Amino acid sequence: MSSQTLVELRDVNFAYDRRPILKGINMDFPKGKLVAIMGLSGCGKTTILRHIGGVLKPTKGYVKVDGQVIHDLDRKGLYAMRRKMGMLFQFGALFTDMSVYDNVAFQMREHTDLPEEIIRDMVMMKLRAVGLYGTQNLMPAELSGGMARRVALARTIALDPMLIMYDEPFAGLDPISLTVVGNLIRRLNDALGATSIVVTHDVQESLKIVDYVYFVSNGAIIAEGTAEEIRASGEAFVRQFVYGEMDGPIPFHYPAGDYRQALNLRA
Amino acid sequence: MERTTLDLWVGTFVVAGIVALGVLAFKVGNLSTYNVSETYQLTAYFANIGGLKQQASIKSAGVLIGRVKEITLDTERYQAKVTMTIDKRYQFDHDTYAKILTSGLLGEQYIGLDAGGDAEMLKNGDTIEHTQSAVVLEDLIGKVINMLAEGPAKPKEANGKK
Amino acid sequence: MPVKNSVGALGRRTVNAVWRMGLAARFFGLTLLYSGVSFRRFRLTRREMFFSGVMSLIIIVVAGMFVGMVLALQGYETLKRYGSESALGSLVALSLVRELGPVLAALLFASRAGSAMTAEIGLMKATEQIDAMELMAVNPIARVVAPRFWAGVISMPLLSAIFSAMGVFGGYVVGVVVIGVDEGSFWSQMQSAVDFRQDVMNGVIKSVVFGVAVTVISLFEGFDAPPTAEGVSGATTRTVVESSLVILMLDFILTAFMFRGD
Repeated sequence: MSSQTLVELRDVNFAYDRRPILKGINMDFPKGKLVAIMGLSGCGKTTILRHIGGVLKPTKGYVKVDGQVIHDLDRKGLYAMRRKMGMLFQFGALFTDMSVYDNVAFQMREHTDLPEEIIRDMVMMKLRAVGLYGTQNLMPAELSGGMARRVALARTIALDPMLIMYDEPFAGLDPISLTVVGNLIRRLNDALGATSIVVTHDVQESLKIVDYVYFVSNGAIIAEGTAEEIRASGEAFVRQFVYGEMDGPIPFHYPAGDYRQALNLRA
Repeated sequence: MERTTLDLWVGTFVVAGIVALGVLAFKVGNLSTYNVSETYQLTAYFANIGGLKQQASIKSAGVLIGRVKEITLDTERYQAKVTMTIDKRYQFDHDTYAKILTSGLLGEQYIGLDAGGDAEMLKNGDTIEHTQSAVVLEDLIGKVINMLAEGPAKPKEANGKK
Repeated sequence: MPVKNSVGALGRRTVNAVWRMGLAARFFGLTLLYSGVSFRRFRLTRREMFFSGVMSLIIIVVAGMFVGMVLALQGYETLKRYGSESALGSLVALSLVRELGPVLAALLFASRAGSAMTAEIGLMKATEQIDAMELMAVNPIARVVAPRFWAGVISMPLLSAIFSAMGVFGGYVVGVVVIGVDEGSFWSQMQSAVDFRQDVMNGVIKSVVFGVAVTVISLFEGFDAPPTAEGVSGATTRTVVESSLVILMLDFILTAFMFRGD
């Protein structure tokens, strides 16, 4: 691919205990773009993120980040690569034994030798960017779900990563927080000149902000396109997903024997 | 460096722990009686050491002056060879008497040194010639029974201190 | 068929236990390997010493006092029959310094600090804090596990010494102040019976070994816990049970080595 691609997945297969999770995934994440990976819970979306982060190793195929095959890097190379990435976890994963300030300052302290005054200024800037300047002395337990997510976002962008990954950033948020976090993701991507990957099942919110969408079902890509293309798609699965229809290619009923037999009814 | 109350607590904890170790070493244990000063070694042969053990104390006139370092059996003489470490401040002459004594009736055994009148002092590695073995309780009881059978005896002579 | 099943289950459990032992050994090795940070940035370790050491102080002090008092009371009753009440000091001190101090302090440490460590790390894992750290290019073993390990290893002998010292004090209160054993012989008998190298130092060595065992078990159970509520609570229970058993077994082995014959 061209140099404009930051992350590239080619024919990625992954099996867990011989159970295939990913089946031949091909994806490209161009620089500066905001791309969403959508699908039902348990379809392998988060597994894709873990491959890009170098936590998991594909059984077949490769994952290239910034021109390097991530699972061929040694520990040092992998850690150097991860410093250029940020990941927002599903429920924020804030360090519960540290204050908001220390959470945001964590990576700066671990990876740089910056004096405390500069770290302080940087923390305040990051908190300001997510609109939570003034919360620095609170503990994570004192924050609401939406605020915790935003603090985690500030921590994720602490060292201005080139690649930001979001694992279900909208899960469990109220409608206002939802919009706030959605807008933040878009704004931060553009302001930092970063590339963002959003894993989500929240179609309506993410279609408002993303550039490109991959639909994943059962470990394979079943549809892809820009937000408009997805909305206009005639594919049954995409329609069911986008418009939240109860029955469709994804059946409402769990696959089982004939229900009438269980009730001893004679048809 | 930022100072926090947490550091104060940890400091208090460490100090308390070290103080406790010190108490165990000096007040509860015998580190205070360990010779930090220089020592020299003497050996002595005993026909029977009874229950004498390593690290048993060596006393002269009741004052602790050293410790038993090693006990071995000399197979030429078939006697117990006891190596003693003694504080260099205390010098003994060649006529010194080494006895294995017991503190109390059933207490621990120790070595008592009684100085003699010789002019020459014992040097590091020398051997004490005059020794008296431990009193074995069974022998002692045997003696007492014998004496009681012979008639009224002076019991003071029987308790081994002569 | 049921017999075959239970034999199979037993076999699986054995294999699983051996497997976990191997994992724990590797985990211990990694902890040692990545220990540099714990000393280069000692404030991390100091912070954990607060949670494992200082927070255990009260229970150690109180328990030590009472154990010493009971020892004096029971010891006096027994020694009185042989007319050797004056040996009370050495009885109390020897039992505490050699055995009860290191063992009981370690058992209390396992249930007070060890279980807390397991629960904390288990929850950090369940809430993806460990994963987050790993993805921030920070080694969680170096940053989270190793400082807790060293804090435990440093705290344990100190706690054990405090326990023994408090026990001797409790024994003194009951033996000398309450019962009225002669104070002079209480201390002098104690001093002549307790040898610094043989007894006090061996007790310290024991408590260091227990400290290593308890913290490794606690941290490993936390790290290995399934990221669910039952997973973490089960791991916490296992920490206390396994630590207690390991402490008692190690105590037997160490005692056999240290106080052989003599």
